[in-house]
Amino acid sequence: MVRDPNAEAALALHRFGLGPRAGSVAAIAADPRGALIAELDRPGAGRLADADLLSSGAAGRAAFAFRQAQQVARRAERAALQSNAQNATATNAMQSGEGETAAGSPPQMKPAEQAGAPPRRNPGPGLPQQIYLDEAKARFGAALGAETGFVERLVWFWSNHFCVSADKGIVRPICGAYEREAIRAHVLGRFGDMLLAAESHPAMLIYLDNARSIGPDSIAGLRQRRGLNENLAREILELHTLGVRTVYSQDDVTRFANVITGWTFVPFRRDSIRGGEFEFNARMHEPGSQTVIGNSYGQAGVEQGRAVLAALARHPATARHVASKLARHFVADDPPPALVERLSQRFLATHGDLKEVSRTLLTSPEAWEMPRAKLKRPGEWIIGALRALGVTHAEIGPVMQAHNLLGEPLWRPSAPKGFADDSAPWLDGLAQRLDIANQFARRMGADADPRAVFEETLGPLASNETRQAIARAESRPQALALLFMAPEFQRR
Amino acid sequence: MTCTLHAPSRRELLLASGALFAWAYLPKAARAEGRDPRLLVIVLRGALDGLAAVAPVGDPDWAALRGDKALTLAGKAPALPLDSLFALNPAMPNLHRLYKSGAATIVHAVATPYRERSHFDGQDVLESGFGKPGATDSGWLNRALAALQPGGRAGARDAFAVGPIAPLVVRGPAPVLSWTPRRLPPASDDTVMRLIDLYQHTDPALARVLEERMGLATIARAMDGSSARVPGAGQVRAYFAESAGAAARFLARPDGPRVGALAFDGWDTHAAEGATDGRLAMLLGALDGAVAAIESEMKEAWSETAVAVITEFGRTARFNGTEGTDHGTATVALLAGGALRGGRVIADWPGLKPARLHEGRDLKPTTDLRAVLKGLLKDHLRVDDGALAAKVFPGSGAVKPMAGLLQQA
Repeated sequence: MVRDPNAEAALALHRFGLGPRAGSVAAIAADPRGALIAELDRPGAGRLADADLLSSGAAGRAAFAFRQAQQVARRAERAALQSNAQNATATNAMQSGEGETAAGSPPQMKPAEQAGAPPRRNPGPGLPQQIYLDEAKARFGAALGAETGFVERLVWFWSNHFCVSADKGIVRPICGAYEREAIRAHVLGRFGDMLLAAESHPAMLIYLDNARSIGPDSIAGLRQRRGLNENLAREILELHTLGVRTVYSQDDVTRFANVITGWTFVPFRRDSIRGGEFEFNARMHEPGSQTVIGNSYGQAGVEQGRAVLAALARHPATARHVASKLARHFVADDPPPALVERLSQRFLATHGDLKEVSRTLLTSPEAWEMPRAKLKRPGEWIIGALRALGVTHAEIGPVMQAHNLLGEPLWRPSAPKGFADDSAPWLDGLAQRLDIANQFARRMGADADPRAVFEETLGPLASNETRQAIARAESRPQALALLFMAPEFQRR
Repeated sequence: MTCTLHAPSRRELLLASGALFAWAYLPKAARAEGRDPRLLVIVLRGALDGLAAVAPVGDPDWAALRGDKALTLAGKAPALPLDSLFALNPAMPNLHRLYKSGAATIVHAVATPYRERSHFDGQDVLESGFGKPGATDSGWLNRALAALQPGGRAGARDAFAVGPIAPLVVRGPAPVLSWTPRRLPPASDDTVMRLIDLYQHTDPALARVLEERMGLATIARAMDGSSARVPGAGQVRAYFAESAGAAARFLARPDGPRVGALAFDGWDTHAAEGATDGRLAMLLGALDGAVAAIESEMKEAWSETAVAVITEFGRTARFNGTEGTDHGTATVALLAGGALRGGRVIADWPGLKPARLHEGRDLKPTTDLRAVLKGLLKDHLRVDDGALAAKVFPGSGAVKPMAGLLQQA
């Protein structure tokens, strides 16, 4: 099949990347697939320039220290209030004793003012939120600056596959570091390594409650009432590896949960240097051999869990699950079975080499032939619009707000399943997208010529109707809003 | 929503394409006469139907041209008489009051030198002051300010703009102070209708969703119902009045800027124009409210104020098949302010007989809009003829500034 090379390039950028910037279509038109593949081979692909960002351990400790200081300050304030209240009572009593009437007494001041305490300052975002925003900024920066954005899209995909939520426990300050340490580090490496990094990361251990899970017959379990928590074990089997309703049973879940008891993190209070880092706590670990999906694991300690994860990473059901998710994400809600099969085979043949699997996605004809029917996810669409406008450094506030409004708040999925990857749930947000498109066009489209933006980003893919609607818009902002809302810009 | 002179954020300044710094200058010549003139330019984007705003009710060919949708002195919504030939759209009682008191002037059958029909290019010519689109990225208002002789007061050489993106007319070498209402208006119904139309032709699934979400029924009803029921009418009125009022408050300040610009969208009325009871009536009413807000916020400075309302081109003289009008040529310019010698409709009326229409379809332009603007800049701000012809409206030497627009000439 002969295709217009510009159309192929634009398709490459919309389907596999983060959308064209000025000049990107022309830059890759000679070999669109090659350009995407080249991004896989770039040294350091997937990593962030993160010199200023904290490791999850450091971020966790900083957030802990921040909370401690807040508590101390609050306690001091309460104590001050109490002592002031006592003083005030004493003064009133004295005044009453002197026979003064209520009407004659000075207006009651608020205790804090009475004590001469400084008025409460607006503290701004607390440290955990600040770290979260710094991480978000780095992530958006990488997306806006990416050549095609294919590797960033892979990062987003895997980060959503192994999602955690900033809204759970103390995850907020470490969810960005989690993505860098567990996902980005392995996005073009081995699935098994990513799996181990994700499941042993404090963010995941907190998010899915394993940090507190205690083997019933462990030293700790025999001493206290708290016990096993199956949450992480279940989600690993159901969401991260084999897939729901596949080859495992409830007994497998329970025994796997036993296997990973003791996978927790160093308490901040106990250790100010290693607090917040992964720790295998032998006192919480259920002793003894466990059988998971027909295989017996007799290893001791942390090795037992590692062995189960390694087996799960090799399992054909995992290959199928991962392959169909990848194909669904990039290509179609109902992906072509041949494509899923090819990805799955490649996954098994390469022992989960994600670079090879990603390359196979790009070289499969089906991945390019399916119609552009999938609605882009909100984050992808937002970044696509900013890239089209030539924005390289986005102000974090409006971008986060747009994600929230469109139902994809950054690193805050409502469930461990992550954000939906089929189109249907996102259709509802179409009217909100119009609001965002309108705002972006008005706030950031100062120097954009809609006709040029159109040619650079949609031209080769656009219908005549879309071309005309943009050319006939009554103003530049309206033209840009229509461009971002055009079906060809909404769908990947 | 409040209006305080905030320090604009870095982004706003970048968007306004000028750094904010206090320049110690002022319009010296005007100052020497004991005046402190203010000029506010309002750009109507989308092309205002000048014939629906100011109707030639005395022209014998008028009624035939627009049929029962023609604005007349009789009927349910009678137009407000201006002189023997013209009457004002009834949605604009404030402008009518100002006209009666000599503080508003209407220039009809006016156009820029642009003769094509693209909004973007037409707006480019209107705001840049150049004869061709895409010639520059500065506007005539900004260059006029830059051409003023330096004087001795801070702020006077700053231009002022409302909105997240300063309109081209006010961008350029002179620093621009911009102010943005905290909330921008949502996407207009017009944008929604265009999008639904696009989806209906290209992506029925998206069309269905958007129609449901936006409540197409209410929009459709509003298209032929009364302006009060045009959805979002309240928001549009509030936005126009707030933006215009904010601009006026800045210009009124003793230490504030002396020229400013803002832009209002929504005038591209291809379907169900609704000049007396629909969308255009709503927009004209909102514009009328904006003029009233300027008058009241200017306070004493109103007597030294000129407001110029301009648009990129006019619309077809006849209605199209959907009770709207398509892109045309000549239109009106509305001038208001205490500094004007008003109460007049200035028009070299070309007539409406088919043979008199431009290309057989549009009101023929008989006045160059640049003459009007040059007249204001010359007599109000005292920009000199040479700068007007060379820098402000390059290549406009043959277009003489219109004399006598201001009380003090």
